Amino acid sequence: MNRWIWIGLGVALVLAVFVSPFASQDPDGLERVAEDLGFSGYAWGNPVFNSPIPDYTMPGVKSQALATGLAGLAGTLLVFILAVLLGKYLKSRKEPGSRV
Amino acid sequence: MHIPDGFLDAKTWGSLALTSTVVLGRALSKKDKRFLEEDVPLMGVAAAFIFAAQMLNFPIAGGTSGHFMGAMLACLVLGPWAATLVMTTVLVVQALVFQDGGLLALGANIFNMGIVAVWAGWGVYRLLAHLTGKPFSRWAVMAGSWSSVVVSAAAAALELGLSGTVRLSLALPAMIGVHALIGVGEALITLAVLEFIAKVRPDLLLVRGEGR
Repeated sequence: MNRWIWIGLGVALVLAVFVSPFASQDPDGLERVAEDLGFSGYAWGNPVFNSPIPDYTMPGVKSQALATGLAGLAGTLLVFILAVLLGKYLKSRKEPGSRV
Repeated sequence: MHIPDGFLDAKTWGSLALTSTVVLGRALSKKDKRFLEEDVPLMGVAAAFIFAAQMLNFPIAGGTSGHFMGAMLACLVLGPWAATLVMTTVLVVQALVFQDGGLLALGANIFNMGIVAVWAGWGVYRLLAHLTGKPFSRWAVMAGSWSSVVVSAAAAALELGLSGTVRLSLALPAMIGVHALIGVGEALITLAVLEFIAKVRPDLLLVRGEGR
């Protein structure tokens, strides 16, 4: 099992770090609809809370490709760790005696 | 289709935040006998892959892009309850760390992509798999994936309409139209990943498709 876990995580990291800088920059489905129907101006950034890595761009990194790749690296590892912890919690809640 | 803050009014994001909280509580407290030891790291891999794939916008028609959502894929590997939690993990990190999707709108985004997409996709998949009598039917997988994106987009359009941001009669066809295209990408990617898993680790699939 372990081998495939690391392969799966490896694939995700390659996508997030090396492929993401080549992703399309065009507006996505909702952004397109918001522009076409004239409500994109309603969006506002939260004045109280600042995201550490806004717009998938690592701050302080000059190269846009590198900044995107580093953001992808950080996010992929973070969701991996959080989801594993969540999984551990779910496992711990399992009824004793049920199959493993 | 991460909704930013400002698109939804307080009654809409408030009630969706409440709804999502209740469903997440259910997902966390559910003692699913099908949740195995090996599902713990699998949840991590699913979240990592979905997060990474969601960064990869692909161009569709007319200067518009779309990206993979992953709700159906998570369902097929982990079942719908764990899939809801995996999608939520991704959405929370996207909103808090990457400013992708609003904070007030987080409950709405979890509702659309973590709950509606998961259960719409799962429902269509199960129905078709049942009708065709094949536990791992390609058509059921593709139809489920496509539906997960399109129904989720319809939910977002309804919320925009309820908020008075835009007329529902305009938002609904526009959102469904563009996401009907993105949904084709979703279906193809889900199928490709599934075919790969079916080759290397078929034991991770099938069983959950029909509930062991």
